[in-house]
Amino acid sequence: MDLALKPEHKAFADEVRAFARATLSPATRAKSFSGKHYDRDDHMAWQQALGSKGWLAYTWPKKYGGPGWDVTQRFLFENVLAEEGAPRIIPFGPKMVGPVIYTFGSDEQKQRFLPGIRASTVSWCQGYSEPGAGSDLANLRTRAVRDGDHYVVNGQKTWTSYAHWADWIFCLVRTDTEAKPQQGISFLLIDMKTPGVTVRPIIMLDGAHAVNDVFLDNVRVPVANRIGKENEGWTCAKFLLANERLGIAEVPASKRGVRSLRELNDDPSLNEKIADIDLQVQALEMSELRALSTMALGGAPGPEVSTLKVRGSEIQQRIAELAMEAVGEYAAPYQPDLLFRDTNETPVGPDHAPPAAPRYFNMRKTSIYGGSTEVQKNIVSKAILGL
Amino acid sequence: MDLSLSDEQKQLQDAAERFVRDKYTFENRRKIVATEKGFLPENWAQMAELGWLGMSFSEADGGYGGGPIETMIVMEQFGKGLVLEPFLPTVVLGGGMIASAGTAAQKEAQLAPMIEGKKQLAFAWLERQSRYNLADVSLKATKEGNGWSLSGHKGVVYNAPSADTVIVLARTSGGAREEKGLTLFLVDGKAKGLTRRDYPTQDALRASELTFDKVSVDTDAVLGTVDTAFPTVEEAVDRAIVALCAEATGCMDAINAATLEYIKTRKQFGVPIGKFQVLQHRMVDCFTNAQEARSMTLMASLKIDDKDAIVRRKAASRAKVQIGKSGKFCGQSAVQMHGGMGVTDELAVSHYFKRLTMIDLMFGNQQHHLTRYSAPCWTPSRSWRSPPSGPSATKWPARPSR
Repeated sequence: MDLALKPEHKAFADEVRAFARATLSPATRAKSFSGKHYDRDDHMAWQQALGSKGWLAYTWPKKYGGPGWDVTQRFLFENVLAEEGAPRIIPFGPKMVGPVIYTFGSDEQKQRFLPGIRASTVSWCQGYSEPGAGSDLANLRTRAVRDGDHYVVNGQKTWTSYAHWADWIFCLVRTDTEAKPQQGISFLLIDMKTPGVTVRPIIMLDGAHAVNDVFLDNVRVPVANRIGKENEGWTCAKFLLANERLGIAEVPASKRGVRSLRELNDDPSLNEKIADIDLQVQALEMSELRALSTMALGGAPGPEVSTLKVRGSEIQQRIAELAMEAVGEYAAPYQPDLLFRDTNETPVGPDHAPPAAPRYFNMRKTSIYGGSTEVQKNIVSKAILGL
Repeated sequence: MDLSLSDEQKQLQDAAERFVRDKYTFENRRKIVATEKGFLPENWAQMAELGWLGMSFSEADGGYGGGPIETMIVMEQFGKGLVLEPFLPTVVLGGGMIASAGTAAQKEAQLAPMIEGKKQLAFAWLERQSRYNLADVSLKATKEGNGWSLSGHKGVVYNAPSADTVIVLARTSGGAREEKGLTLFLVDGKAKGLTRRDYPTQDALRASELTFDKVSVDTDAVLGTVDTAFPTVEEAVDRAIVALCAEATGCMDAINAATLEYIKTRKQFGVPIGKFQVLQHRMVDCFTNAQEARSMTLMASLKIDDKDAIVRRKAASRAKVQIGKSGKFCGQSAVQMHGGMGVTDELAVSHYFKRLTMIDLMFGNQQHHLTRYSAPCWTPSRSWRSPPSGPSATKWPARPSR
């Protein structure tokens, strides 16, 4: 057992850092440290640069065009990029649908979809939740009815992050209404330009636009766009969720959050609270490393990733809360231009004040999305504890 | 980076698991608690035979060249069984200090027989006013002819009733609570002028109040150098903290397993109470807490050998905070979910709860270590980067003066 890095891993970390410094736009980097929201170009330019280097699909095996990195390399890659102020990789392509396609898709589907995901020339969004299918995801109602070599899809998806930026959406749709809820679902890839697809923004409590409703009205989707067998989409859905949960613990971002919290805080009464969250982050990181090292020995992410998701979301919320507490009364002025637009306006109050409260409000989502805390606990309770 | 156990370490884990399974059923443990010493000499002899008493010491010191991971492995299993043999005071604390500060002659006289299971040790540092401040020492050692004379009081000295040698932290110069001016002495357990008041602790261990009335020792009883014992003590205590944390993870696993079993079998309102979501989620929180405790203990065990004292202290304090938090959560939850049975002496659950509670209080509780960890001169850690170098300026936070 050893936490120390081998020389080749240190060299690897240096290489990643040098790449980030040479490639990441200073404007994008500045947004990471100021709390300003990224626009589509920030994300796409960065992801395409990673794609050209062969690093965007960094969790993929070599066979499918990934770099085939070990656990330590992945860990270093994520941490160095967070330290260098890189935006997080939008996960829907490289972390979610990509692995589903190379695990469950046909050769033809792999050839058709994987290159665009690896290069970030095609961007994706996730059609899982519906107005009546939140925590109870298997209750989804979006219908896909076979018509020759097409499905005709009708329904509504919601909470769809970046649907307004996406070229494609992967959807869970109901193909059998008679079967048990989990057994009548199929996994479909839908081109967002198909007639009948409409996106409506949902503005969040901090004023941000990241999520949307997606309406599907007689959308014709080729049967060739179905991943896996008809009515067996739940297998893909669960596989994807386990990968999603592993990613959304967001440890590197929380480490960055703790560091900036220490830098900006000048209230001694918060020092112990910051120390406490610092050590929670480290416990989570170590737990994640333990889970990853089990996976490296041949396991898949199991239900224990649910506990990482629960703690990861609580920690992100707590960091945001402490950052707001550190700002104090100057958290009150609402300055949307400083959050969402390019402007030379001087902030009211300290530089770090404008995003503090909006971020606190926004981070409440973390214990709700990707399976709420309560749903994750139900999963652990059933799958690990056998209750 | 590698988080897997070696084959030898796996074998050690299996052996420790087997030891606990064979020797520490709940009923067996009750019988051991009721013996005169409060542990079994034959168990101690077996630990020596298995090499556990020497495994963490260097081969030059007569040990087997293992380290904190080996200590973690056995302590975790000891936690599962609530093992009573005095491994922590004798091996981790006493042996650890002699290995780090002792002369060749002292190692020959103390460490070698300890590794063979023939000598037990105790560490006397605490005094009535000390609370968690390791430097708050007023027991005085004064020069007397060719040696020293010790007078004063030491409290809650674990394993003192069975210790052949007591390692005593005494003030040789400086004022109360000063880190400078402290010296360690090796004192015979039966020395003239040393009186003991023995008692059991809440968690069924044995300890004593020690009164030193002009106890005379030779110059060669000084462990390390005069006036400069503090760093040795602090490091030994940090190591003991990490070992305790491993014991606590074992306790948490055991108490969680017992609770899980209970809520699956106990029926109310016609169903096992584990069918209620409120209990399911509390059980999941226990599980998560134990996971985090294990992660922090592992991290601390991997960092406690670091040359940089700041890295070492932070690792120990971080783990101790986590263990305090997780131990309290698992302990209180286990009692609550067991209902009335949880507050009886009849089930193991209350015994784990008591041990976890006492572990939090040993060598500084959760709050103490949070304060120590957040000392402003400690830079935020970057777990995989090189730690800040240079002399370590931080001290064990002084107790506020009264």
